Amino acid sequence: MIGGLFIYNHKGEVLISRVYRDDIGRNAVDAFRVNVIHARQQVRSPVTNIARTSFFHVKRSNIWLAAVTKQNVNAAMVFEFLYKMCDVMTAYFGKISEENIKNNFVLIYELLDEILDFGYPQNSETGALKTFITQQGIKSQHQTKEEQSQITSQVTGQIGWRREGIKYRRNELFLDVLESVNLLMSPQGQVLSAHVSGRVVMKSYLSGMPECKFGMNDKIVIDKQGKGGATDDSGKSELGGSGKQSIAIDDCTFHQCVRLSKFDSERSISFIPPDGEYELMRYRTTKDIILPFRVIPLVREVGRTKLEVKVVIKSNFKPSLLAQKIEVRIPTPLNTSGVQVICMKGKAKYKASENAIVWKIKRMAGMKESQISAEIELLPTNDKKKWARPPISMNFEVPFAPSGLKVRYLKVFEPKLNYSDHDVIKWVRYIGRSGIYETRC
Amino acid sequence: MPAVSKGDGMRGLAVFISDIRNCKSKEAEIKRINKELANIRSKFKGDKALDGYSKKKYVCKLLFIFLLGHDIDFGHMEAVNLLSSNKYTEKQIGYLFISVLVNSNSELIRLINNGIKNDLASRNPTFMCLALHCIANVGSREMAEAFAGEIPRILVAGDTMDSVKQSAALCLLRLHKASPDVVLMGEWTSRVVHLLNDQHMGVVTAAISLITCLSQKNPDEFKSCVPLAVSRLSRIVSSASTDLQDYTYYFVPAPWLSCKLLRLLQCYPPPEDGAVKGRLVECLETILNKAQEPPKSKKVQHSNAKNAILFEAISLIIHYDSEPNLLVRACNQLGQFLQHRETNLRYLALESMCTLASSEFSHEAVKTHIETVINALKTERDVSVRQRAADLLYAMCDRSNAKQIVAEMLSYLETADYSIREEMVLKVAILAEKYAVDYSWYVDTILNLIRIAGDYVSEEVWYRVIQIVINRDDVQGYAAKTVFEALQAPACHENMVKVGGYILGEFGNLIAGDPRSSPLVQFNLLHSKFHLCSVPSRALLLSAYIKFINLFPETKPTIQEVLRSDSQIRNSDVELQQRAVEYLKLSSIASTDVLATVLEEMPPFPERESSILAKLKKKKGPGAVSVSDLEEAKGEGGALNGSGDRGADAAATSNSATLSPSADLLGLRSAAPVAPGTGSLLVDVFPEAGPASAPAVSEDGFLRHLDLPPESSDSLLVEAPGESDFEDPALPLPESDDLLYKFVCKNNGVLFENQLLQIGTKSEYRQNLGRMYLFFGNKTSVQFSNFTTSITCPGDLQTQLNMQTKPVEPLVDGGAQVQQVLNIECLSDFSDAPLLNIMFRYGGAQQNLTLKLPVTINKFFQPTEMSSQDFFQRWKQLSLPQQEAQKIFKANHSMDTDVIKTKLLGLGPALLEDVDPNPENFVCAGVIQTKGQQIGCLLRLEPNAQAQMFRLTLRSSKDTVSVHLCHLLAEQF
Repeated sequence: MIGGLFIYNHKGEVLISRVYRDDIGRNAVDAFRVNVIHARQQVRSPVTNIARTSFFHVKRSNIWLAAVTKQNVNAAMVFEFLYKMCDVMTAYFGKISEENIKNNFVLIYELLDEILDFGYPQNSETGALKTFITQQGIKSQHQTKEEQSQITSQVTGQIGWRREGIKYRRNELFLDVLESVNLLMSPQGQVLSAHVSGRVVMKSYLSGMPECKFGMNDKIVIDKQGKGGATDDSGKSELGGSGKQSIAIDDCTFHQCVRLSKFDSERSISFIPPDGEYELMRYRTTKDIILPFRVIPLVREVGRTKLEVKVVIKSNFKPSLLAQKIEVRIPTPLNTSGVQVICMKGKAKYKASENAIVWKIKRMAGMKESQISAEIELLPTNDKKKWARPPISMNFEVPFAPSGLKVRYLKVFEPKLNYSDHDVIKWVRYIGRSGIYETRC
Repeated sequence: MPAVSKGDGMRGLAVFISDIRNCKSKEAEIKRINKELANIRSKFKGDKALDGYSKKKYVCKLLFIFLLGHDIDFGHMEAVNLLSSNKYTEKQIGYLFISVLVNSNSELIRLINNGIKNDLASRNPTFMCLALHCIANVGSREMAEAFAGEIPRILVAGDTMDSVKQSAALCLLRLHKASPDVVLMGEWTSRVVHLLNDQHMGVVTAAISLITCLSQKNPDEFKSCVPLAVSRLSRIVSSASTDLQDYTYYFVPAPWLSCKLLRLLQCYPPPEDGAVKGRLVECLETILNKAQEPPKSKKVQHSNAKNAILFEAISLIIHYDSEPNLLVRACNQLGQFLQHRETNLRYLALESMCTLASSEFSHEAVKTHIETVINALKTERDVSVRQRAADLLYAMCDRSNAKQIVAEMLSYLETADYSIREEMVLKVAILAEKYAVDYSWYVDTILNLIRIAGDYVSEEVWYRVIQIVINRDDVQGYAAKTVFEALQAPACHENMVKVGGYILGEFGNLIAGDPRSSPLVQFNLLHSKFHLCSVPSRALLLSAYIKFINLFPETKPTIQEVLRSDSQIRNSDVELQQRAVEYLKLSSIASTDVLATVLEEMPPFPERESSILAKLKKKKGPGAVSVSDLEEAKGEGGALNGSGDRGADAAATSNSATLSPSADLLGLRSAAPVAPGTGSLLVDVFPEAGPASAPAVSEDGFLRHLDLPPESSDSLLVEAPGESDFEDPALPLPESDDLLYKFVCKNNGVLFENQLLQIGTKSEYRQNLGRMYLFFGNKTSVQFSNFTTSITCPGDLQTQLNMQTKPVEPLVDGGAQVQQVLNIECLSDFSDAPLLNIMFRYGGAQQNLTLKLPVTINKFFQPTEMSSQDFFQRWKQLSLPQQEAQKIFKANHSMDTDVIKTKLLGLGPALLEDVDPNPENFVCAGVIQTKGQQIGCLLRLEPNAQAQMFRLTLRSSKDTVSVHLCHLLAEQF
């Protein structure tokens, strides 16, 4: 169980320190600073063991969050908690920055008291927390006893994430499918490894206690239906990519509101959603990924002092769709002394501080091709080490899901109030982003 | 040094550094550095020439980046270019970069050396200094090789500036320390000595460091420095504090130089020239006088400088050890420091006194401070000072004050620091033994010691008590009584139980008359401790019990009962179980006469170096030995050791009979040559005795002496040095022939083994060539030095056998193994074996060993398969009488068919099946390959199982081979 939680700024000064258990001493704060933040080499591992004490840390911009324990805890649980905590803080005061943390330290301590009890994580649902931890000062004088007990019963009740009696004039929901596609490709164009990790984020503004049912083109479900004879593919794909009907999901996790028993037995995703924004599910696929871009590198060494690089990128999706924020990063050798770049589209620049040529294109339609060529001058060195040729990496954003996931339906039932599924306005959006998208050269 | 002008400020560098300092994160810093590196690279690209200023600036930035911990792989060329600049700052940065960044194997080293040479040749002193500093800072071998000739020339040249001389002296010192073999002595050495007369104090200070270092290597060459140093010293010492202007430090004239001069003098014996000596003594007296004067300043620097000189002077006085007057004065001076406020001074005073105590002139003077020292031991807050105080007590102890000191140390032991307890225990044990006037006191002291600090009493200490009790008849009764009383304490230390068990087992009868300590009481007392002890102590107690059965027959039933109990006879520990079973059987089967013989009282131990002292020496390392050596020189033979005959024995066995025998129980001198023949029986705690030698603990020797009386133990000990002097080194060991026969049929194994050395061999042969690996293993924990091996081929063998090998390394560490490879070529057939001679120094003794190498003619056998018909055809062809050799002999070994087969196969030739009409017989055929010829060999071995006899017939194309092989083979069956 978590023994304590510390938040540091980039200099290693402690902003928040909350100790939950006696086995964590005061010196633990310094131990982490000395051994991780101020360490000589960059500490890569998120888990560090110092004097039989484990430190789990995550970094958000310049802020370090570290959970400390002396026990043998479930590391995944601790990290999940740290991420959750980041979410909660973001939901309360926006970006996690030194200034925000300093301005809200009372609130943070209050939150820490609530979401972690003697080191055991508790309810960390923002919606629920916001009902009783508010930023508007002390309200309890005005709160009636009834209201207070209502909060208590709701927070401790079966559906802790949603309070009763929510009412909207317009029942609306937004569904975002956010994916990041990761790739490592050989210079010859062979895929060495590729996977997509995705999230389904929902923003719901629904009245009452609606029962929702979510359907997507999960292979298992589709196959089962196909066997049953009911070939109901009304939601034909209007999105980019291939015409494949179903996708194989390697693994997925759900928000706590999803009834897992039902998912296990029928593979149907049904739930009563929290109010506001939350992450409905997370998943990962590795098969049949649509790679939005293909990078074709060509590197030629001309003598000891010159290097010629040519990179072609090809967009590989429907011409009607537009990719955005495209950025190709071509690493340069460490002894580069000068660079000339020519590109047909977008802007390219040699960034000495990052040892790379960065090529940016604002927009690019599908099934197009673009090219950059660069001449790199090298300074002869007395080091015989050969340049390791790091891979060319790429960033982009495309308006479809590279995994091929499609939302088939999201049905809303609210028997107590008189609105039906048809009255709810639903929005679906797909965004595919690059994760680590690299091609060796 | 020219002042840095405003324009040289290098703004770009300042901006860069402040940028980096302002970086908020590591990543930002790396980005900034990458940007700067790219910028410098584009500047160094070589499109346009850079001016000196920007070159300097960029090199500086690179240096800064390197010092931040990033790799720099360019810019070296630019730095080297800076060397040829005429501006001081640019040159300086160039040299700085090179001393920090250029590693010795760089290709640029030639260019750099050229730059340095130019600067050395220039007349500009600052440039010369820069170059010298760079050489010293790099200090690599290449640098040393390139400039070792040049620097002495600069150092002694008449027209060199003082500052350059200073740098040159220090630079040469550095090179000499880094690679002493490159800096050769030459005619400059005598001129370096004269630098001591230089006007410039800085030069003298620098030169004296160099001279001190050099004279430690070859003192003779620098002998002439002594009078010069003395006169210099006397000039400094007698000068008024204002004379030396710049070199007066807080009213003390040239303290560093004085210290260095005094230290230099410590490398040499007292000057023989009376005048010089008188002057020196005068100096030392002045220094001692000055210490008495009231301080000229209250500042701590003043007293530190003064005391530094004083302590160096005292070390010199101690080093000379010939001026009683000075020694006593030094001692009194130190006595004042013993109560000084300053902890460091007290420490130093105690430390110096330790050495003073060992001088015969000042020993008495030191003794007057005993109360203060004891007080220091008790009240001092700093543990290191307490340790020194304990050392000093140890050093000042003699027979007159031994009782007091030992008592004080014992009482201090109860509160002593854990870190020094073990050493304290050893010291108490040694002092008690060395200065024991009567043995009852000694026994009391040691038993007290075990009681107070049982955990820290090492094995050696209690072995020693037992040795002494056994060797001294008069103390045995008292010892038995005392241990009996000590054992009655409800909780006593395991070591106490061991001593008690041993002594009561041996001498319990001496106190059995008293009804309070009747045999059964004794036994019950011992047995009450049995269950609290560890396995080795229990084993010892079991041995004590069986001794009891002998001493007191009336206890026999009780003890047998104990031995018979399941907890003994079925003990899970094999050693205990075996002892219980054997002792039980022994006591029930053997008659009283046999028992009495078997369980006789232990014979006296042969006298050797006190094991405790050996242990203390080991613990303190070689540095501390000198103290005890000095003690030894005083000839303070203690009462315990004075027992003449034994001492003489020890001295006779050792080779150092020249010195007085009286001190030999603690004999340091007999440490090296271990007396042969007494080998495995002794209580062997010496580091020299290897792991395989007698299992140390005396409880084992307890019974063993009955089957191995020390006189007759013919252990395979190394020849003592005395014997080996008379021995012709070419004569092999008597048993080496047997060793040789062992290897006729096999190629690998242990060739030779004794207590010091194990020689293993491994060999392979193909046709007329062979390769033999010899493995020399040092079985002891001590290094062998001068380890050499040589192979000789006596007589005709030189022309018959060609042996080649490389020399082995001369040092073999304790427990280490060295390997030697022999390449062997057989030129023609031979019958002798080559000799292997091994020489090494072990401890102080030269060891010499000669063995026969197991190279025999049959190693070059090539097996030949042939049919029965072929065999007999050839057999008949070789029918000349001289071609055949036959031997009929009795079987020495088993006549098992398989065993014989294996042996024959190991011999080399092919074993032919179904050839001989009689299946019992063995038939072999092979060809011996030599360089010159091939010798066919046929063999027939006819065993006769009833008569246990063999008939061996050999036929070969060469008569000598037949005979020799026949001879070799006959030994195998």
